[in-house]
Amino acid sequence: MRSSHVISRSLLFVLMAIVLLTLGACASVDKTATTDPVLVGDVYDDGRIQGDRHSGVETSPLGRDGRLTADALSDPSSPLSQRVIYFEFDRDDVRADFVDVVAAHGAYLARHPQARIRLEGHTDERGTREYNLGLGERRAQSVRRMMLLQGASSDQIQVISYGEEMPAAMGSNEQAWQQNRRVELIYEGHRR
Amino acid sequence: MIQIRHVILLLLLGLPLVGQAALEIRITQGVEGAMPIAVVPFGWQGEAQAPEDLAAIIGANLHRSGRFAPVERQTMPQRPTRADELDFPAWRGQGSNYVVIGRLQPTGADRFAVQFQLFDVAGGRQLTGYSIPVERADLRRAAHMISDIIFERLTGERGAFDTRVAYVSVTGQGSERRFALQVADADGHHPRTIFRSAQPILSPAWSPDGRRIAYVSFENGRSEVFVQNVDGGDRTRLAAFEGINSAPSWSPDGRRLALTLSRDGAPDVYVMNLADRSVSRVTQSRSIDTEPAWMPDGRSLVFTSDRAGQPQLYEVPVTGGQPRRLSFEGRYNGGASISPDGRRVAMVHGVGGGFRIAILDRQTRQFRVLTDGRADEAPSFAPNGSMIIYATSERGRGVLAAVSADGRVHQRLVLQEGEVREPAWSPFRE
Repeated sequence: MRSSHVISRSLLFVLMAIVLLTLGACASVDKTATTDPVLVGDVYDDGRIQGDRHSGVETSPLGRDGRLTADALSDPSSPLSQRVIYFEFDRDDVRADFVDVVAAHGAYLARHPQARIRLEGHTDERGTREYNLGLGERRAQSVRRMMLLQGASSDQIQVISYGEEMPAAMGSNEQAWQQNRRVELIYEGHRR
Repeated sequence: MIQIRHVILLLLLGLPLVGQAALEIRITQGVEGAMPIAVVPFGWQGEAQAPEDLAAIIGANLHRSGRFAPVERQTMPQRPTRADELDFPAWRGQGSNYVVIGRLQPTGADRFAVQFQLFDVAGGRQLTGYSIPVERADLRRAAHMISDIIFERLTGERGAFDTRVAYVSVTGQGSERRFALQVADADGHHPRTIFRSAQPILSPAWSPDGRRIAYVSFENGRSEVFVQNVDGGDRTRLAAFEGINSAPSWSPDGRRLALTLSRDGAPDVYVMNLADRSVSRVTQSRSIDTEPAWMPDGRSLVFTSDRAGQPQLYEVPVTGGQPRRLSFEGRYNGGASISPDGRRVAMVHGVGGGFRIAILDRQTRQFRVLTDGRADEAPSFAPNGSMIIYATSERGRGVLAAVSADGRVHQRLVLQEGEVREPAWSPFRE
């Protein structure tokens, strides 16, 4: 557990560096962001002044003079753009292929103490509605725990379960069920 | 036991549905050897047409129980309305075991007197008879009360026709979905909406006096427990703690509410004292503990827990303590409903990828799967223990169904539009 956490954290830094490199390339101005991945977090923290602190929306430092407004949460190449975590039937553990995504969001929250996120837990239609309400919450809680391990603080994260009541896909087949067994990550003040 | 599979519309029986029924009831499986009984059209001593066809309502009720086979009107040898008009040999020849006759007469503005008599054809004698004063709005209810009297006289069991069913209806798709908590008579008539919302409504639960309903509403973006009068008034939010607030269930004395809260971590079962809203914790585990149902003695609760890895039913004293596992068949059992005598537990039973209603006899340990749907859920016992109403799907649409506790009689209750789910059978009306 501990080691995978460390690995995913360093992986995250690499990914963040790539994000910043992309931003830097587009704008071709801010050299500090493109030189050293270690500096990445600092630059971001400075740059966040440009964003709406309360909404959790982030703009790059370059937005200051109006030439570019980038949003790490909206960057389709960032793991942060992935806002739905899918689960196996009657399971609440985060699947291996979603560990990095959850970790990236946790690290983002850690770097942006003003950001707020709501984790909405959902299940497929199988089983009783009340049990599924519990299962949806447990899924959201396991995402929350992983975010806390990344340094996010508990008052940044709100957990809500909708059980099977808000399906993403209609239908009584495995294809629909797969899409419905999920936790949706919703940043406050930020479009889905 | 030979089961005959057929679909009989009440219309085909010559028993027209009176008025606007929101729920249409179909008997999808009956019992061979149901008792032949003739419910003769009641005499009407007023002007124009009778305001209600009481005999049709009574016949439909008896038919729905699966225990009786009402005689079609066109095969009745006579249509007497008074005892001295009865020709018993003619009824013996026709094959009816019992004959019900009656009269409806106006006694004032919108007031009536209903008289009925039940006769044993073989013995040629009256078994019971009553005169009931009634207002126009309660004519159908009078027919349900008469059905209860006949049912009890002939089967020895208390009838549950004069009861109601609460359920959640869903109309529209996607963001246009609308939810309504409704209460209808047990035969699907007189539906009334007591709460409407654009957000989901779950788990209606009747108070033991039948006056109030507790339920879960997502109107504030998350699960919270509310209670309100069945007539629509006096709505109160009972539980809005952090996390889940759900699965309300009234204690038999009506003073406490068992419910599921996750305010202290994982979902656990709690009991709320309704007088002061104080809450005490019943279960303590890291698993999902939910769906509490009271035993009739008010001392223990049956609930669902996945503490052993898969959801199963457990029983725990209301004061807390070590839960004892109740269900062992299969990998998924939840959503318990306890029979009024406390002997049987109906549950949602996962089998082969589907979910069905099963029943466990707590004394003999006999376990039986009663239904054969793919997604059957939310079982709820009738207050006389004879039937279990539950939610199922028909061609992808949510409908209600009922099955007799012995698995022999099956019915469907289909809403004319939208879906129905989360049924809860009311207590007896006093």
